[in-house]
Amino acid sequence: MADIATFERGIHPRYHKELASGKPITQASLPQRIVVPVSQHIGAPAKPEVNIGDEVKKGQLIGSATGFVSSPIHSSISGKVIAIADFPTSAGKMVQSIVIEGDGKDEAVEFKENPDYMSLSSDEIRNIIKDAGIVGMGGAAFPTNVKLSPPKEKPVDTVIINGAECEPYLTADHRLMVERSKEVIEGLKIIMKSLGVKEGHIGIEENKPDAIEAMRFAVSGGSNIKVWPLEIKYPQGAEKMLIKAIKDREVPCKGLPMDVGVVVQNVGTAVAVYEAVRFGKPLIERVVTVTGKGVNEPKNMMVRIGTLMSEVIEQCGGLVEGAVKVISGGPMMGFAQWTLDVPVVKGTSGILVLTEDEYVASDDYSACIRCGSCIDVCPMGLNPSILSIYAEKGFFEDAKENGLFDCFECGSCAFVCPAKRPMVQFIRLAKSQVKP
Amino acid sequence: MIIVREEKLVEKKEHPLIVSVSPHVRGEETVSRIMWSVNLALLPVFIMSVYYFGPRAVYVTGLCVLACVLSEYAFQKWLRRKVTISDGSAFLTGLLLGMNLPPGVPFYIPLVGSVVAIIITKQLFGGLGYTIFNPALIGRAFVLISFPKLMTIWYKPTSAFVGLDATTTATPLGILKEGGLGQLLEIFGDKMHLYEKLFLGNTAGSLGETSAIALLIGAGYLFYKRYITWHIPLSFLATVGVLAWIFGGKDIETGKLIFFAGDPLIHLLSGGLILGAFFMATDYVTVPTLRKGQIIFGVGCGLITMLIRLKGGFPEGVMFAILLMNCFSPLIDRQVRTKPFGAVGEKKK
Ligand code: SF4
Ligand code: SF4
Repeated sequence: MADIATFERGIHPRYHKELASGKPITQASLPQRIVVPVSQHIGAPAKPEVNIGDEVKKGQLIGSATGFVSSPIHSSISGKVIAIADFPTSAGKMVQSIVIEGDGKDEAVEFKENPDYMSLSSDEIRNIIKDAGIVGMGGAAFPTNVKLSPPKEKPVDTVIINGAECEPYLTADHRLMVERSKEVIEGLKIIMKSLGVKEGHIGIEENKPDAIEAMRFAVSGGSNIKVWPLEIKYPQGAEKMLIKAIKDREVPCKGLPMDVGVVVQNVGTAVAVYEAVRFGKPLIERVVTVTGKGVNEPKNMMVRIGTLMSEVIEQCGGLVEGAVKVISGGPMMGFAQWTLDVPVVKGTSGILVLTEDEYVASDDYSACIRCGSCIDVCPMGLNPSILSIYAEKGFFEDAKENGLFDCFECGSCAFVCPAKRPMVQFIRLAKSQVKP
Repeated sequence: MIIVREEKLVEKKEHPLIVSVSPHVRGEETVSRIMWSVNLALLPVFIMSVYYFGPRAVYVTGLCVLACVLSEYAFQKWLRRKVTISDGSAFLTGLLLGMNLPPGVPFYIPLVGSVVAIIITKQLFGGLGYTIFNPALIGRAFVLISFPKLMTIWYKPTSAFVGLDATTTATPLGILKEGGLGQLLEIFGDKMHLYEKLFLGNTAGSLGETSAIALLIGAGYLFYKRYITWHIPLSFLATVGVLAWIFGGKDIETGKLIFFAGDPLIHLLSGGLILGAFFMATDYVTVPTLRKGQIIFGVGCGLITMLIRLKGGFPEGVMFAILLMNCFSPLIDRQVRTKPFGAVGEKKK
């Protein structure tokens, strides 16, 4: 087992991947109407470039980037802009969104193809990626071109493709690696090219043997790309944990992967990069895993950005009796939804529906019994127990002293806590009360 | 199609979706599961105590458990707090207190001990999670100081569940303190016999402290369930063993200290050490949470135990050692810090 890489601590939740891991990616039906929020990424929101009443085509720019850390948005269908107003999003906020009523024709703008894409320069690649509106598709949605433009004093020597998919239930990246392994590799090569990097890695948790095999087959021949089976452990797919596992480098506290010369990109992002650079296609659709016991037919679907979750769920046979919680993303870090009329956005990796018997109430918690379990699992080596106690008592500054801002809210501490303390909630409360 | 969807959404309105903060899945461990498992781990110890001390063991332990649970219930009812007796922690305090009492105590000792443990040591400090001292040990310390005579009458064990032997005797550690190793060996025959009796529990002592084998079985179960880790028990036992070896040897004739001639096994197997190290010094709430701090705690317990055993006025020091170290737990926790991920990354560049 010596070649199984991993990080220290972490947890072993039940994975439930079997619900959707064997389901090939299917095309979701053309949505009647899409809602495209101007802010689907970290950074400045896009500025709407269309007006109510305008006709738009699939792939047309409808909002432009407004700064370096920002990302444009595109229409994923053809039709007419019928509203530009605030609508609920899956992150729980109201965000300005462009609503487009489809005309059913699905007419696309002309995409600029690049058959000879490997001869493009770094800058050309970065510009295409920026204009295509590509952001990290694992959930954080950080604009990809920014990650590909490290400052001079931080030389990058390694690119890692994150195929860990450590969140339970989700299988979107898994399916992409199995079905479109060549495109993942091409995407990786393009990213490496744009960074001028010689070394590429792909990390995949061991519970996806078919993906590991497919990726190994796809790289055979290219010796500078290595496929790594990783231990099945949450949060293996967190950037810092992944870098530790594969490169044995520790990203410094408050630092970024590029501080240790690494850029991490998600599997879906690699495919989007390939499609943008090769075919000129902007990011207007993504693979979404619709899964959980609460949905009738779990599926992996290629969904247009802006499609309402209710519509996606409908195409999976709807909710079952007793479905109580709908989550955008995975069960560990995803957001619970109060309405299903929120759009799928660039960072939506999954829609998970939990039933009554899977649901755990977190309002009935007790005092910390100081069992130390949370300390034993925190991947960031923090003391979540003390963080939660400080937050509970209002000592936010003390929480900060104890590494509050190193916590990336993975939820491992809350998962193991026998007193069922809402650790992440406490931590978020503290974070909102002090400056980093 | 869309109409169908809207119907469903209307339906949903009456049955709103639950919204809460991530994570949306939780592990199976609960406080009460842990507490009841520790209770279960004490079952072999309890059985052995009944085996050696007969119905008295049931009587004393039963009183403790009952009194602990009832006083927690009454106190929480009175203050209109949530009643938490089902979490098993009051039961555990009672069980541990019972295991720490001599078999022949009159009924009021378990009662007083329980009330002190639950009301004063636990509930007045805020209940489970907020205690500073191990409640069962405070209960015991209180009755030991209040009723020193009654608390130091030890009975010879009888076997096979028959009942309490009328003969009183001193505990092995008491004999060691008063008469030295020579007298201890006189009573038990030779060392092998002594070890054997200590191991099985066929000696005078508190109800649950005598049988090393039963305690180890229970502790093994807790290790298997990962409810306790080696850090405290091992550092505690190792410190006692080493100190016993270095300072525990005496010239049988002159009584003068001979270095590196002590018998660690006698010290390890006798008294409340094993019970204390595995079941009391591992009480989550009153010991440090960080592993490094736990080792400091264990070593500290070992030092104080041996200081009392070899130099103090009492033959046994485990209880006071753990209680004293309990005071230091917050301090230790404050001094010892975890190493955050990436804290060393800076120098690598
Ligand atoms: S403290 Fe933060 S990083 Fe550590 S386990 Fe909890 S949520 Fe994860
Ligand atoms: S896991 Fe929960 S009960 Fe245990 S130390 Fe952490 S916060 Fe406290």
